[in-house]
Amino acid sequence: MIGHLLSAGDLDARSATLILDTAAELGNLAGREVKKLPTLRGRTVVNLFYEDSTRTRISFEAAAKRLSADVINFSAKGSSVSKGESLKDTALTLQAMGADAVVVRHPASGAPHRLAHWVEGSVVNAGDGTHEHPTQALLDAYTMRSRLGRLAGLQVAVVGDVLHSRVARSNVLLLTTLGAKVTLVGPPTLIPVDVAAAPAPGIAVSYDLDAVLPASDAVMMLRVQRERMGDSYFPSAREYARRYGLDGARMRRLPEHAIVMHPGPMNRGMEIAPEVADSPRSTIVEQVANGVSVRMAVLYLLLGGKA
Amino acid sequence: MTAYLIRGARIVGGEPTDLLVRDGVVAEVGPDLAATGAQVVDAGGLVALPGLVDLHTHLREPGREDAETVETGSRAAALGGYTAVCAMANTDPVADTAGVVEQVYRLGRAAGLVDVQPIGAVTVGLAGGQLAELGAMASSAAAVRIFSDDGHCVADPRLMRRALEYVKAFDGVIAQHAEEPRLTQGAQMHEGEMATRLGLTGWPAVAEEAIVARDVLLAEHVGSRLHVCHVSTAGSVEILRWARQRGIRVTAEVTPHHLLLTDEKAVGYDPVFKVNPPLRTAADVAALRTALAEGVIDVVATDHAPHAVEDKECEWAYARPGMLGLETALSVVLGSQALGTDWNAIAERMSRQPARIAGLVEHGRDPAPGAPANLTLVDPAARRVIDPGESASRSRNTPYAGLTLPGRVVATFLRGEPTVLDGKAVR
Amino acid sequence: MAYSSADQDSTGQDSTDQGGTGQAGAGKTILGPPDLQRVIDRIAHQILEKTRGARRTVLLGIPTRGAPLARRLAERIAAFEQLRVPVGTLDITLYRDDLRLRAARALGKTDIPAGGIDGQRVILVDDVLFSGRTVRAALDALGDLGRPASVQLAVLVDRGHRELPIRADYVGKNIPTALTESVKVLLAETDGRDEVRIHGGTR
Repeated sequence: MIGHLLSAGDLDARSATLILDTAAELGNLAGREVKKLPTLRGRTVVNLFYEDSTRTRISFEAAAKRLSADVINFSAKGSSVSKGESLKDTALTLQAMGADAVVVRHPASGAPHRLAHWVEGSVVNAGDGTHEHPTQALLDAYTMRSRLGRLAGLQVAVVGDVLHSRVARSNVLLLTTLGAKVTLVGPPTLIPVDVAAAPAPGIAVSYDLDAVLPASDAVMMLRVQRERMGDSYFPSAREYARRYGLDGARMRRLPEHAIVMHPGPMNRGMEIAPEVADSPRSTIVEQVANGVSVRMAVLYLLLGGKA
Repeated sequence: MTAYLIRGARIVGGEPTDLLVRDGVVAEVGPDLAATGAQVVDAGGLVALPGLVDLHTHLREPGREDAETVETGSRAAALGGYTAVCAMANTDPVADTAGVVEQVYRLGRAAGLVDVQPIGAVTVGLAGGQLAELGAMASSAAAVRIFSDDGHCVADPRLMRRALEYVKAFDGVIAQHAEEPRLTQGAQMHEGEMATRLGLTGWPAVAEEAIVARDVLLAEHVGSRLHVCHVSTAGSVEILRWARQRGIRVTAEVTPHHLLLTDEKAVGYDPVFKVNPPLRTAADVAALRTALAEGVIDVVATDHAPHAVEDKECEWAYARPGMLGLETALSVVLGSQALGTDWNAIAERMSRQPARIAGLVEHGRDPAPGAPANLTLVDPAARRVIDPGESASRSRNTPYAGLTLPGRVVATFLRGEPTVLDGKAVR
Repeated sequence: MAYSSADQDSTGQDSTDQGGTGQAGAGKTILGPPDLQRVIDRIAHQILEKTRGARRTVLLGIPTRGAPLARRLAERIAAFEQLRVPVGTLDITLYRDDLRLRAARALGKTDIPAGGIDGQRVILVDDVLFSGRTVRAALDALGDLGRPASVQLAVLVDRGHRELPIRADYVGKNIPTALTESVKVLLAETDGRDEVRIHGGTR
């Protein structure tokens, strides 16, 4: 049976936990002399990237290669519907090339869902528009679990541009599935109106970061794009940083054990102060390493069995 | 000219009777008419309605003949029971001059399947900057009465006021696509829980309601007629209700799809469900049905919007908005239960009132002796499964594929000549 | 995503063996608890004898049931000779040659003792030796972990039907079987009781 990973919402607690457990086993490989496994020999993984994201592409590429899959990088950036080949035609090309999995990054929300209709292989969403980024959520959950020992009952603050963040969407879905409580924090302009009006179970909304920090086990700072200023989401970078940036003083309001996360790339001085990013509480570098393990687990579970 | 004897039809749902159609008019109505020389059409169990009139059709010609032509769109219309359609101005070139509207008008006449009544653009190139030559279009052979920048809102309030005022000289009406563009930048679907979940930029209800509110006040101020296109929100309904109570001369249409479908349809990102204004919530659908039943919304208009395959088989954000509607409108209205099987109400909302708004005196008249024989015969008991492959439109973007819907158009007559018989286009 | 659960995958047997039903009462008991204990003791003695005291030796159990078996062997060796043999586990799932025959499997634990395996005598421990494919996979896995001085194999049951040129150095019990039969090893640690059963014949 062919499965896809399109949304963190597709995972129930059992399958999400299986991915994290598998990632934990695969993570041990990082310390070995021979990091390569023969598991996906003869399988082809295509990285189809319509947006620049070197870190995500490299992470998937490393994951696939460590499992001995053949990797084809297909950078489709710049080819839009108007000037390039359509997504459907690209899908048919990949199909003809015998892609067993397509890892897709795309600026349009839902593009991986469309792709899944057109290819026979598994589709892994590596970030689609302002929709989701499920492997980021998995690696975040993995990082929290390995640092804090559990996910159930954790209080996680997700801070910043929730409205436009695919990382936030996937994290909310996955963390609530795994029993954590999520508080979305940001200026009201950057929290979806319907979420603020009626948050789903397990989710809270706050506009006051200082009030949320003392009860948080993990704080996830989202990247805030400076362009948002032009759209009047907030008046200035300075005001944003003052109200919603995580600086040293704010970090000290966190409980002793709490961790600080960021999906990268960071805007130092905007949503996160250098002092915080480089502190021992920060898991930012760990998140990158964990990303490879989690993506290996996803590829293994999608491709490691019967096709 | 062949005469037709339609046997046993229920005129607007009344008792079964015979109709003799001859020389383009309904010659006789009554029981057991003699068939002398006439071709007999068995209409037992069928309802005869005045030919339907669509205030809102995109025929795509000139410019996108790969998606639809006046002829293919006309055929789809006839199959849907229509005898007249109003062709929107957003063609390429835009129907903003007498020349273009006359071209569309002549193409309609040449196809001869429905009367194609062109709608003129309000502003040059639909750009919202400068009034198009509305008077020239009004006095052209196409005799344009409805003006609309549909697809775009006449957002500038001063320009909207001028347009409303100016068309009074020739009893014109401005049909507004109500969408405050500053509130819908990048919008992909109804702003709400579903849009948040799908990560698609929201099209808030208030962007429609703000314009509807502004425009009814402008219409009142200058004493003009206003028509609101494709009303989609419960809030707009409330504003329209208020405006009507106040005596403002406003009419409004709702599309079949807004009477049946909700934003939940976006869940698989299939752009066949992408439309502007977007599919709304179940509460909006309920409010629209009630408004249509009460007459607060007085017209069903299809917003038939054919799109070529490549404009729909793509990412949601890159897809063009719009759905087919002509062939399914009556079935969807029946299926929505908004008007039940109140045939008088259906005739009013889908034929008589749109004909009045468009100034089409030959249309929207119940079959009666002396009336132009523009009528359609509907089998209310039939049920059909919608198959996009069967569509007479050049495009396939129906949102109802696979759905079973009630009612079927069996025959349509335009000026006494059948355009559809036995459910099939005559040509 | 599709995957098979740990439960479905925990037969600990060779890949071509789909495992027993595990149903109490079905099949025939080959070894009961005291027999099983005696067999393990014997293997422990044989290891001490054949390795001349089990120095520079590491026991690696193959999950699921090879893992507790390896620990038991280490305990017995410690009891007989006051010698602590390093013991670990080696999961071979990612090295299997039959991954495409079933939905993706959950991984077992790999836990290599702190001293590693380089230059050591590694004794692989499994419950049932059948086609030999599991052992083949284990040898591949070992190769990626280091370079042992030598590799030996200890199994509780050898049921025959090898498909590869592989033999065990230590065998608890040879059980001639038909291909249609399945051999099921139950251990207190994983199954609540010690027993070796044989099932089927008419599957």
